[in-house]
Amino acid sequence: MVRRIDRDQQRFEKIIKGKVRQQLRKYINHGEMIGRKGRETVSIPVPNIEIPHFQHGEKGSGGVGQGEGEVGQPIGRGKSDGDGQGQAGNEKGQHIREVELTLEELADMLGEALELPRIEPKGDDALTSKKDRYTSVSPTGPDSLRHFKRTYKRALKRMIATNNYDPKDPLIIPTKDDERFRSWKTVSEPHTNAAVIYMMDVSGSMTDVQKEIVRTEAFWIDTWLKRQYNGIERRYIVHDAVAHEVDEDTFYRVRESGGTRISSAYRAADHIIKRDFPPSLWNIYCFQFSDGDNWGEDNTECIENLKENIFPICNLFCYGQVRSPYGSGDFIKELRKFEEEFDNLILSEIDDKEAIYGSIKTFLGTGK
Amino acid sequence: MVVTTHRPLPKELSDIQQEMEQHALDYGLDFFKTIFEVLDYEELSMFAAYGGFPVRYPHWRFGAQYDELMKGYSYGLQKIYEMVINTDPCYAYLLSANDITDQKLVIAHVYGHCDFFKNNAWFAHTNRKMLDQMANHATRMNRHIDTHGYETVEMFIDTCLSLESLIDPYAPHIKREAKAERKPETKRQEEETGEASGGRFPAKNYMDRYINPDEVLEAEASQKREKAREMSDQLKFPKERMRDVLYFLIQYAPLEDWQRDVLSIIRDEAYYFAPQGQTKIMNEGWASFWHSTIMTRHGLTDEGLINYADHHSGTMATSPNRLNPYKLGIELLKDIEERWNKGQFGPEYEDCTDMFEKERWDKDLGLGREKIFEVRRIHNDITFIDTFLTPEFCYKNRMFSFAFNDSNKTYEIQSREFEQIKQQLLNSLSNHGRPVIYVQDANYKNRGELYLEHEYMGVELKLDYAQDTLVNLHRIWKRPVNIETVVDDRPTILSYDGKKHHTNSKEKT
Repeated sequence: MVRRIDRDQQRFEKIIKGKVRQQLRKYINHGEMIGRKGRETVSIPVPNIEIPHFQHGEKGSGGVGQGEGEVGQPIGRGKSDGDGQGQAGNEKGQHIREVELTLEELADMLGEALELPRIEPKGDDALTSKKDRYTSVSPTGPDSLRHFKRTYKRALKRMIATNNYDPKDPLIIPTKDDERFRSWKTVSEPHTNAAVIYMMDVSGSMTDVQKEIVRTEAFWIDTWLKRQYNGIERRYIVHDAVAHEVDEDTFYRVRESGGTRISSAYRAADHIIKRDFPPSLWNIYCFQFSDGDNWGEDNTECIENLKENIFPICNLFCYGQVRSPYGSGDFIKELRKFEEEFDNLILSEIDDKEAIYGSIKTFLGTGK
Repeated sequence: MVVTTHRPLPKELSDIQQEMEQHALDYGLDFFKTIFEVLDYEELSMFAAYGGFPVRYPHWRFGAQYDELMKGYSYGLQKIYEMVINTDPCYAYLLSANDITDQKLVIAHVYGHCDFFKNNAWFAHTNRKMLDQMANHATRMNRHIDTHGYETVEMFIDTCLSLESLIDPYAPHIKREAKAERKPETKRQEEETGEASGGRFPAKNYMDRYINPDEVLEAEASQKREKAREMSDQLKFPKERMRDVLYFLIQYAPLEDWQRDVLSIIRDEAYYFAPQGQTKIMNEGWASFWHSTIMTRHGLTDEGLINYADHHSGTMATSPNRLNPYKLGIELLKDIEERWNKGQFGPEYEDCTDMFEKERWDKDLGLGREKIFEVRRIHNDITFIDTFLTPEFCYKNRMFSFAFNDSNKTYEIQSREFEQIKQQLLNSLSNHGRPVIYVQDANYKNRGELYLEHEYMGVELKLDYAQDTLVNLHRIWKRPVNIETVVDDRPTILSYDGKKHHTNSKEKT
């Protein structure tokens, strides 16, 4: 039975989720959700939806309290939304409510908000996984899988057929032959996987603000790709003049200085792909973030590397040039020359947090 | 329709209930028949979300409330032990997880509330069949939903709820007017500027200044302006300002029938709940007074003592920036009982200036019990505080007033002077802490605009909320709406014309 309160609560949740959807852009740009990630769900702070009333503000407000203290002693900060009047505490201030959303719901909202096309994974049946499904019944098996109803039915049939059944004393005794057990079949399911390789320039010019932008974008990219594939694998590469494969945490924290050789990252990416993700089986995504300040002579090598090793096997190669306080480099101009030639090359300039939303749309809007 | 879950009390509890009921009766409490039910926390929260009523119209805010209660409980932030509703018979819900000492305490507490509901004057006009009334409201609301769709009705309920506090809490006790005024025709007057063109005779160009002399036209125009002003005074409507804004809207706003009905439902329910807001301190104080009296004299067993003390002290906890109505109420009642027992009242006592003598003043009158029963019958929180709060009491209970310091956005202790504390307390309680708002004119500027007035008593409105509320008011009135208030110490009119907000502040006077 559906209780009244369940209906009202569901309605409330729907309204709140609508609120999140409405303000998704704000959430995306400000990265408020990251770090609030549970295993499958994210909790998002939403200002409690409230019905406005004529009510008192703080100015001129006060109340009566009890306890020790001198005149002039502060007893609590004003809350911009609180119950300033202090009416014997029978009204409450505004709350921030946490809404639990699954990552799927979030991805769907994102897709809807950015009008992202669904991705058609390549290599559909190339990789399969095996799964056991309980779809059949067999005469043998462990007790824990005994199919009670089937067993009972067979026993009943047998007893009626052998004239041993007495409706006045409906006693059914199954024999060994009557017993039936649930049984499984192993089925193969197409399994499409995606590999995401994040590359980031960690030279001195990439400050925490820039990294925060990268982190926020990566979160949304992950969320969207996860929704499109059965699973995703992620690898992280940081580089200055040399590249290293690191874990996620290090990726966002490490900061180095020294010259920048982007080609080193491409070599590392190529290595990882060859090692872990045979391109015929994997949908491969590369996201590179940099302020675009490359060692001049290195550009040629970068392009060669991309054309030879990366473009041919990637679903997408996305380059996000993050503007840094030290000015923005011109690596993106080098890549622009090839935009026409390779339609899996996507470029985006990210000036500040506000630009994240648009940048995600640019990257993922191709449906590849 | 299932109104309650009708689960009889288990034997163990029904024995306690009978025992507590007998104690309550012995002390002279007088209550409607009280039906107890035991609920688990989920059920209790559900009832609480609906304000105690098992059947109410569907609305998301009940779901929101439930969600909050359940979360608060699971995080260990709050817990409801009991809930009573003001009906005849009274229904009281007990939390199944309470231990036996808690149940005793809670049952004794409940009888205090039931006595208060039945006998306090401010509850005299409440509908004691509110269970049925609420269910009827639900039926009506559902019918509107069937006809007009869920979201339409829900949105309109939101709009009405935004205005729900705009009632006159004294209206049930005082008849303010014999009958409703009739709405005058709000015919659109000619432009007030009174362009002379209307009085101009047709004339050839060269004759014009003889046939239509400027002085005459000017005189006519000014006469017309004067008349228009008079007219608009006459058209001022209502004649007297009205505090029951909702009633006014129900009568005069251009609403469809179903909308008028929804607004009436919201208003009815607001009036039903109003006395609870007016008597929070007294009601909780009274119930706490009786649970502590009954428990300490009769209810306690050795093993229950700690639990009782723990629970009771938790309920009575004070904090600097929030007044605990349970604590203030019970202490004040105890104080009154003691003073009337000892004869610490009347001119002779008041005039005594010797503090030492006042303190040991004891005429052994024994009038205390009688007095507090009288207090519970006739007072509400405001008159209760106004009549019985004394300097000695404030001192003994370490009371202070606090105020918002705009310069550092902090609440600070303002004073420990009796007069200030009392005044602040009365201010906070007036209209249970909500701004008092009147309909001043429904034909403002002679254009059928609604003009409300906020009775400014030193506390300013929360501006963004006020604007949002005006938007909702406009949805109902469908013409521009205005409210006169004070912003940044200046008299100000906030307006909303359906598209934009305007803030019109006058110079400081």
